[in-house]
Amino acid sequence: MGQKECEEAVSDNRPVNLDLSQFSFPLPAITSVIHRATGLILFVGVAFVLWAFQESLSGEESFNAMKSVMQGFLAKLILWGILSALLYHLVAGTKHLLMDMGIGETLEGGKLGAKITLVVSIVLILITGVWIW
Amino acid sequence: MVANITSLGRSGLYDWMVQRVTAVVLAAYILFLLGYFISTPDLTYADWSELFACTAMKIFTLMALISLSAHAWVGMWTISTDYLKNGVVRFLFQGTCGGIMFVYFVWGVQILWGL
Repeated sequence: MGQKECEEAVSDNRPVNLDLSQFSFPLPAITSVIHRATGLILFVGVAFVLWAFQESLSGEESFNAMKSVMQGFLAKLILWGILSALLYHLVAGTKHLLMDMGIGETLEGGKLGAKITLVVSIVLILITGVWIW
Repeated sequence: MVANITSLGRSGLYDWMVQRVTAVVLAAYILFLLGYFISTPDLTYADWSELFACTAMKIFTLMALISLSAHAWVGMWTISTDYLKNGVVRFLFQGTCGGIMFVYFVWGVQILWGL
């Protein structure tokens, strides 16, 4: 590369393509973003869990009230949502720990790990849905 | 080494370790509770309150609460430093997360030990 081309290549006026819709995200990138998103969902979901925890331990009456609240469709849906986020986060986190131990660190391993994360968590989420309803 | 003043342990390596150790505690706690729910399909108040009256369960729950606080802090910190580029916005976001985390922790302890 000549001097002129070199200067042009590092010039501040070079086009920067940060239009995310133009990117092609590999599967491991997608599973990583979902891991973060589910973490954020769980951060908010803890409020619901603590509230249910509080009601369930405030005496027999409120325990039974909580139990009947949990029979409602909306409550079941929220519970399923939180459990789904939790299961995905747990599976993706387990994959992280395995990779920290040096398992599946290659490019191929990363792709396979992302696929396994998706499949295992979808299966667990469906089983949980059946268990709740 | 560039130390970020808002990171939990002033070092990325320390935060990385905290994230993993707390993750293992939380995973153990969640799997235990899931196992408990699955093996006790018709849960009564007597079973449930007896479980949490037990000292071992109180210790385990408190451990999970402390782990949750640290784990969520590192996680939310990571998200905020990646996506929030404006210093003020990021600081406010981190402050809010820290505040919520503290409320969660005290609330959890309060439920666990009562009045």
